[in-house]
Amino acid sequence: MTDLRATLSATPSATPSATPGASPGATGPAAEPSRAQGVTITGLAKAFGAQPVLRGVDIEIPRGSVTAVLGSSGSGKTTLLRMLAGFERPDAGTITIGGTPVNGPGRHVAPQDRHVGYVPQEGCLFPHLDVAGNVGFGLPRARRKDRVPEMLELTGLSELADRYPHQLSGGQQQRVALARALAPDPALLLLDEPFSSLDAFLRTSVRLEVLRVLRKAGTTTVIVTHDQDEALSSADQVAVLRHGQVAHAAPPLELYTHPADAALARFVGDANLLPGTVRGGRAETALGALPLADGAPVFAEGEPVLVLLRPEQLVLLSADAAGSVPGTVTQRDFHGHDTVLTVDTPASGALTVRCAGAADLAPGTPVAIRATGPVTGWAQPA
Amino acid sequence: MTSLTGPGRAASADPVGTPARRGPLGALRALWRGRANRPTGLLLVSALVTVVLLLPLVFLLIEARGAGVGRVASLIDRPLTGQLLWNTVRLTVVVTALCAVIGTGAAWLVERTDLPGRRIWAVLLVVPLAIPDFVISFGWASLSTDVSGFRGAVLVMTLSVYPLVYLPVAASLRNADPALEEVAMNLGQGRFQVFWRVTLRQARVAVLGGCLLVALGLLAEYGAFEILGYQTFTTEIFTEFSVSFNIPTASALSLVLIALGLLVLAGEAAVRGRSRGSRVDRGAQRGTGRHRLGGWTLPALLALALLAALALGVPVGSAVYWWADGTQHPFTGDSLLDATWHTALYSGSAALLATAMALPVGVLAVRHDGRMRRLLERGAYLVLAMPGLVIALSLTYFSETYADGIWYQTAPMLVVTYAIMFFPLALVGVRASVAQAPPGLEEVAHSLGLGRPAVLWRVTRPLVAPGLAAAFCLVFLSAVTELTATLILVPTGVQTLATQFWNYQQNLAYGQAAPFALLMIAITAVPSYVLGRFFDRLPGRAAGQ
Repeated sequence: MTDLRATLSATPSATPSATPGASPGATGPAAEPSRAQGVTITGLAKAFGAQPVLRGVDIEIPRGSVTAVLGSSGSGKTTLLRMLAGFERPDAGTITIGGTPVNGPGRHVAPQDRHVGYVPQEGCLFPHLDVAGNVGFGLPRARRKDRVPEMLELTGLSELADRYPHQLSGGQQQRVALARALAPDPALLLLDEPFSSLDAFLRTSVRLEVLRVLRKAGTTTVIVTHDQDEALSSADQVAVLRHGQVAHAAPPLELYTHPADAALARFVGDANLLPGTVRGGRAETALGALPLADGAPVFAEGEPVLVLLRPEQLVLLSADAAGSVPGTVTQRDFHGHDTVLTVDTPASGALTVRCAGAADLAPGTPVAIRATGPVTGWAQPA
Repeated sequence: MTSLTGPGRAASADPVGTPARRGPLGALRALWRGRANRPTGLLLVSALVTVVLLLPLVFLLIEARGAGVGRVASLIDRPLTGQLLWNTVRLTVVVTALCAVIGTGAAWLVERTDLPGRRIWAVLLVVPLAIPDFVISFGWASLSTDVSGFRGAVLVMTLSVYPLVYLPVAASLRNADPALEEVAMNLGQGRFQVFWRVTLRQARVAVLGGCLLVALGLLAEYGAFEILGYQTFTTEIFTEFSVSFNIPTASALSLVLIALGLLVLAGEAAVRGRSRGSRVDRGAQRGTGRHRLGGWTLPALLALALLAALALGVPVGSAVYWWADGTQHPFTGDSLLDATWHTALYSGSAALLATAMALPVGVLAVRHDGRMRRLLERGAYLVLAMPGLVIALSLTYFSETYADGIWYQTAPMLVVTYAIMFFPLALVGVRASVAQAPPGLEEVAHSLGLGRPAVLWRVTRPLVAPGLAAAFCLVFLSAVTELTATLILVPTGVQTLATQFWNYQQNLAYGQAAPFALLMIAITAVPSYVLGRFFDRLPGRAAGQ
């Protein structure tokens, strides 16, 4: 049963850099010393009662990288994190951290023996200890004197050493939690929705600050989040978790431009999906013939495909420009730095178009749209 | 039981955010079991505690069964029962209503208006709770024989127990979301309408909870009514038991009394329904806006001053008066010391036991969910409907019937009775304390390399200790001022502060009784104030129901 799940999980992936043939047990940590220092998750499965939460998850996390696990609520991402930390036992599968197997058949290393740092969603600072006490909590007494000021310095908290958690702002609490987790120099750092409890204004600055600290410390990190923007902007690798399986794991740019399927394309950003036909290396669509990108799957001549056009790949033109299709603006969402327009076209229905700055186009304005390639796509069942 | 703790409960749990099923006790258990995935041990211990709590009820039912339904019915079906029912019910209804009005009004004045001296009022209005009802009753009755019967009982009991409504309502108003009132005013509602339709609505659960405690307290009260010569079920049961030694009648009447208690519990649950105030919590709470009293300031001050004078001034003044008067008699310093020692011994033991019993139930209630948990919680809740007198009677009956009376009037029996009586209080404290130590903190500590013993010592202990101390104090203070069960169960030849006071008072030796009353007030008033501050500082939800 378990093996079957593990095999099923080897999701077809169009990405060259994705885990090559991730069959469980095929590649031992000893076989690839360079990877051995990172984290390897193979065939991880977990059910709560009759309800499966993870159905065979495989992720390879290179050493020193930041990997975001992205998923909607109920996708099993928190369970995955808790198993990495050792709070939950997997039903099947193996986890290897820094070359040491911590979960496997008949093996479960206790949380306190894993050297895994953990920053929970709400920070969870010890309310009875001040900032210095929190940061030094996981250190042997002798090391606190040197290490605590060092960590406070790194996270910019030196001035707050003797404050108590209730005297700190949300962003400061998050940084203390980070310093506390980093202090024992963990082999792996886990962040559970670290920025979701912060308001929008703080979120970006705290995120940048946390990433700066992480890069400086060079710690292998897993961030669990449901926020696509956050995952794409923070991570070296994004693993999208869907129904308890990894739907796609890739660097952010690749995930955005070449998602493994159409549903994934919608999940990691706004997407226009157009039906088309492949002719001579180009996809012929209602918006014209578009060149297929290098990373796109290989299609047969005349094969029906579904093509992905991101809103910024659509350009607004004056009404009768060559190679454009006419349409009418039906909705305008002004964001300041850009404007997202919904344009109704006779050729291809409603399309989402993003243009930089403030586009002064009220609903009802006639416009023309041209698509710019290259594009990716997926074979469409006839 | 296994089926309930097995896959069934796990399936109902949220698979994503499920906290580790580990508590202070659970962690201890995990020490020897190696893993802590299911709270089976916790459930077993909690079930055991619940069984102990419900023992008195079970004994009563066994006894009633043994006597036969016909006999029990004939004991109940007498004109006296009707008279007792009328006395008990009308007093309960009138006093509960008065307490609801006075307690809520006072709480609104202190928490939501610009009344001068709010901090002082907040203390003065609560202190009467720390004075035993029978001492307040003594204070009034010893001054004037006019304070007796129904009117006397209404006056004295209202003054004794209105803080039970004041306290929860004040806490609720303090934590209420001011935005709701602002929205209501924005929608064109006047000040009175806002109070009626919004403020009271928000405080509704608190008012009901306070009324519940008042009604149950009235059903259980003995000393105050005995002094005032007002006959209720409890006084009659006491007389049947300790004067006439008529145990069957006492037990039959106890069944009616418990039925009344259950009726009160059910009534409160029905009225409260499922309504709970909800608040979208975002960031720090804004200070609550206060209403300007303007021309009403002086009348409001006078009303509160009158309340404090009647509830606090009269009993304390009276006790001091009799004490001063009583110095002509030989002073009994030795008996005072001896009684204090025994009071502290019994109350302290009971507080330890009750806190220990509440610990597994509290951990289960805060950290786990499931059918079994709710069942156990409800079982513990039923204890509220059992007056101390009935618990004492039932345990006495049990020891007489099954253990040759070896436990009757011994210290362990008294301590167990206290522990059962005040278990709900201990549970309030324990729940609050467990809520202070969320499992997330323990997980973080584990991930920082600490083993279970180290986590217990460095994280759980410091976080939980204040709440457990509060639970201990709540039970201790209540046991110090307990009279009814103590009179029945206190070991022969031993006196506690309450029983010694009672003996002197019964013999009209007011001067000798007064020092005992004052000592009880001194012992309970100050810690009560400290306790009140502790629960005030907790976030609203943590304090439980």
